[in-house]
Amino acid sequence: MKKYVCVVCGFVYDPAIGMPEDGIPAGTAFEDIPDDWCCPDCGVSKSDFELQEG
Amino acid sequence: MTGIVIIGSGLGGYSLARELRRLDPAVAITMVTADGGELYSKPMLSAAFAQGKDVQALAQKTARQMEGELGLTVVTRQRVTAIDRAAKRVVLGSGEAIAYGRLVLAMGADPRPYRVEGSEEVTVHTVNDLDDYAAWRDGLVPQGRVLLIGAGLIGSEFANDLTTAGQRVTVVDPAPWPLGRLLPRELGEELATALGGIGVTFRLGRSITRLDPGKAVLDDGSVVAFDKALSAIGLVPRTALAAAAGLVVDKGIVVDRWLRTSDPAIFALGDCAQTEAGPLPFVLPLMAEAKALAATLAGRETALSLPALPVVVKTPALPVAVCPPVPGATGEWVVSGEGRDRKALFVGADGQPLGFALSGSFTAERQPLAKEMPDLL
Repeated sequence: MKKYVCVVCGFVYDPAIGMPEDGIPAGTAFEDIPDDWCCPDCGVSKSDFELQEG
Repeated sequence: MTGIVIIGSGLGGYSLARELRRLDPAVAITMVTADGGELYSKPMLSAAFAQGKDVQALAQKTARQMEGELGLTVVTRQRVTAIDRAAKRVVLGSGEAIAYGRLVLAMGADPRPYRVEGSEEVTVHTVNDLDDYAAWRDGLVPQGRVLLIGAGLIGSEFANDLTTAGQRVTVVDPAPWPLGRLLPRELGEELATALGGIGVTFRLGRSITRLDPGKAVLDDGSVVAFDKALSAIGLVPRTALAAAAGLVVDKGIVVDRWLRTSDPAIFALGDCAQTEAGPLPFVLPLMAEAKALAATLAGRETALSLPALPVVVKTPALPVAVCPPVPGATGEWVVSGEGRDRKALFVGADGQPLGFALSGSFTAERQPLAKEMPDLL
């Protein structure tokens, strides 16, 4: 599954790890995260993440 | 129709360009920037040193990459010297002029200048953009002595970051505890203790009365010796260009709910703008402003709405999150928890929580708690 990176702070969402503290279990694809989820580091919205290249 | 010109290539300018391009694949966008036009994360400037990040590592993309990605033209290393509102064009330092249909001011803010007796003889750095960061990093020696002026949000982040990277940091601020305007005493003292624990020296309740090369004299007569000095005492919105063009400015460039200045063809967002909620020099309002303004510019008038905005302070020595009440709000802090783990609610006269500050394990509550706070706009 693909990783996504926060355009503001560089936080990387890795589906292999998920965000268990936000109730998102390991193995959750980025597309399946709820739309109101926010970047855990800087707080911007899910739509401010981009597919990590390379 | 003539296109959109954006002045500034910071988070405000690039976020607006990105959002606008999502909504309108065709509109011509020209960006003019005094910088090199690299895309970088401004919030990282006060937290990147301990991670060993230099300027090349912080610059995520070049101006040319951004041009390709967003389909815009970026004019780099050029200042706009005037806005000719009658002719709808901006004049550059080179003498060239660029016509606009609509103009967006995203010029950010300047560091508040630090002035004290002798300060003109001493290099006091500020770090407000990528060029500043390069100048600050240049000449830092291992285990160097850093004089840090200001214990606010950015000052505290720098204190943590520089100390973690091995610098010996002394922080001077007249306030009685760090983040004095954002934290109640209990949390502020915990933060001072935590930063002290990693090696930061605080000289709180003190001011500098005189600066000499390598030496600061404080108001109690004591002397702080330093190799490099850094000031982090706040920001002043860049309003001169707008004021010279006759736009209404106050603390920032005054905008309405649609981010429109007193000229209907000119808009402003980010640290240079003053919304009805006042100047809001944080990332979250800036992103909300970029989205609302992009929609308006793409033809769907969208008023800015701002929910309460939790801000994470990047002090790993003690994680802190704050959600400041609106300026001028009256109420009092109610603090629970103990030690490093504290929760402080700023409660108004009617018992309604208006803002909060969290430390340690309580920072995990910031997003659900922010939903209970009143909207800013």
